[in-house]
Amino acid sequence: MSDFTSGFWNWYVALITVLSILGCGLLLWSQSKHKVRIGQDGQPEKTTGHVWDEDLTELNTPMPRWWMGLFWLTIVFAIGYLILYPGLGSYAGKLGWQSSGAYKAEVRQASLDYGPLFDKYLSQDIPTVARDPQAHEIGQRLFLNYCAQCHGSDARGNKGYPNLTDNDWLYGGDPSVIKETIMKGRHGQMPPMGAALGSDKDIESVAHYVRSLSGLTADPVKVAFGKPKFGACAACHGADGRGNPALGAPNLSDKVWLYGGSAETIMETIRKGRDNTMPAWGEFLGEGKTHVLAAYVWSLSNGAGAPVVTAAAATEEAAK
Amino acid sequence: MNAPEPVVKEAVIKMYAKREDIHPREVSGRYATWRWVCVWLTQALFYGLPWLNMNGRQAVLFDLGARKFHLFGLVLWPQDFIYLAGLLIICAYGLFLVTTVAGRVWCGYACPQTVYTEIFLWIERRIEGNRSARIRLDRQPWTAEKIGKRGAKHLAWGLVALWTGFTFVGYFSPVRQLGHEVLGFSLGAWEAFWVLFYAFATYGNAGWMREQVCKYMCPYARFQSAMFDRDTLIVSYDTARGEPRGAAKSQGKGDCIDCSMCVQVCPTGIDIRKGLQYECIGCAACIDACDSVMDKVGKPQGLIRYATENALAGGWSAAQIKRRLLRPRVIGYGLAFFAIAAAFSGALALRAPLKLDVIRDRGAMGREVEDGMIENVYRLQIMNTAEREHLYRIEVDGIASAGIADEDLVELAGATTRAVPVRVRIAPGKAGSGSHPIRFTVSALDEPALRVTEKAVFIVPK
Repeated sequence: MSDFTSGFWNWYVALITVLSILGCGLLLWSQSKHKVRIGQDGQPEKTTGHVWDEDLTELNTPMPRWWMGLFWLTIVFAIGYLILYPGLGSYAGKLGWQSSGAYKAEVRQASLDYGPLFDKYLSQDIPTVARDPQAHEIGQRLFLNYCAQCHGSDARGNKGYPNLTDNDWLYGGDPSVIKETIMKGRHGQMPPMGAALGSDKDIESVAHYVRSLSGLTADPVKVAFGKPKFGACAACHGADGRGNPALGAPNLSDKVWLYGGSAETIMETIRKGRDNTMPAWGEFLGEGKTHVLAAYVWSLSNGAGAPVVTAAAATEEAAK
Repeated sequence: MNAPEPVVKEAVIKMYAKREDIHPREVSGRYATWRWVCVWLTQALFYGLPWLNMNGRQAVLFDLGARKFHLFGLVLWPQDFIYLAGLLIICAYGLFLVTTVAGRVWCGYACPQTVYTEIFLWIERRIEGNRSARIRLDRQPWTAEKIGKRGAKHLAWGLVALWTGFTFVGYFSPVRQLGHEVLGFSLGAWEAFWVLFYAFATYGNAGWMREQVCKYMCPYARFQSAMFDRDTLIVSYDTARGEPRGAAKSQGKGDCIDCSMCVQVCPTGIDIRKGLQYECIGCAACIDACDSVMDKVGKPQGLIRYATENALAGGWSAAQIKRRLLRPRVIGYGLAFFAIAAAFSGALALRAPLKLDVIRDRGAMGREVEDGMIENVYRLQIMNTAEREHLYRIEVDGIASAGIADEDLVELAGATTRAVPVRVRIAPGKAGSGSHPIRFTVSALDEPALRVTEKAVFIVPK
């Protein structure tokens, strides 16, 4: 596919390239010889005839011939290069080289180099991998590279991005589910419920009822009004508000809030809905890396990470 | 009307010509000995250094793949590139200083181009004979003898060149392993390429290019003239004493007997009696040659000698030349040289084998956690550039009550780097909303002197 929006630029670039090469050749040819006067003795003069600053003359001290040869070689090289590689307008070159191809070749090489390591981990179950110190270190590097932008370097999340170190899971915290989440990504959607619930007052009542589910302070009158309205939410969050991991509907009865647990924030969530995407990493990372990554993430809430250096061991180390 | 223009005869000349071969005659003497001392010293160093081991590894190894540069007890990382810059600046000022005082002595005695040319010429002489024999051989038709001599020469050159290429690559890829690979014909494609490439460069430059490298390719050769002044030592022909030149027995002549030995020994093919020329690399081969001739004809040495323009014009003694050493140009270059060398050595001696980068998590400004504490997350990139493992403690200060909420000890194996996520917490009310400077300190538990501090900011949300 051409990178140009119009065919004109293709010819424009190609023409400039060809003319430049021809121009270089012409320059080399014209500058390899020079006309000089024949002196009194019948021999050509030793100077090139170029005089400046009144009396400075340029002597003709010939350069070695191979030097000129090198310049001609650059032209030969340029022509060869333009035949083999892309460079002449949108002509792709005989070798069909592409930067994306070079990238793919490097990725292929890396998979060959590191493939056996990840294959080894892939043959172990996730809790076993989580106990392997080397896998833990690899997992942490992968996490810092690909996950930390949203979930934070410490995996404790941000507003809208779940904390991965607690035991609260939107889609479930089983090792296999974590791996599936990373491989395929997730798309959690809560539709705007304002219209379904009714007036602003109704929305406020439901918000207070939701707060009461997790034992937060709430106006008992509003809670009583809100409770029957919660039926509209129960389809996803369950009648008791404990959520549904199959849909990724959060448990509303714990103290973990993805967007915040104040009455105002809950009302905003109800009015506008929420749309939350975790991209699928399976194709990009491959199953081997995802497996190690899942083990790292699982270990964060299951205390099975690499042996942490204890203060006692540290003192011992220092004493040595 | 204008007078008719005179007829000008013109001819077309070529601006490029075939290079004339130079066959320098072998020379011995004081300066030739010095050159051989330099050849032996530099080459013993170059060929020998890769074979030296220490700390269970090659003492000098530039591991490009792992981006670690081992220099005896030192491990340099790409972050230490400034030291290479410092070293190059020191070398540059060293060159400036030496050139101002003594001209192109680097070129004449220690430059690899000179050194390898000297080695290749030595081989050439052993196989093809001295200057006249080589000129004869050049003109000879391709007889069996010529083919044999030329073949032997190129074979010997090729072997030296291959060994040089092998040694060079041995600085970048462990030389002992490389040796095994060469012997087992299992050399990697890139290693083989670079061995052959440097072998070819050595063979081509020292065997074929020789003085052309200095005349047409070397940038130093051209800009060294900018450091010359009238008190710089140059290889000079004493015109007043030598001219008019002529046979030794003839009357009314100068000391130069016009034997042309100085021209025959010159590696760049010039006649030093025409005065200082840009081709002169200051090797003093002509001085050695002329001195031995002067001894034979019973005249004092030094018709060609290291002298300055001022000394030649004023007939100065060696002591007078020395007195001109302390001139502003020399003092300036000297001060710059020693200042940079001192700064470089100081920086290298004080260099802590520990590096720290602090990257604040940008995803969140700061969050409120249990008991109203404010928390910020950082990623600490800790590099242990020492060769053994260390246990480090991470500390933070700058805001009262600031503390690390995670494990504050981290262990790093020798010459490794690790990213450590760290949560910093402050108690509520200790800092107003906004950005506050804090400092991270990482120190080795077993070596208190080994510590680095890095600045960061702590953000308290509104």
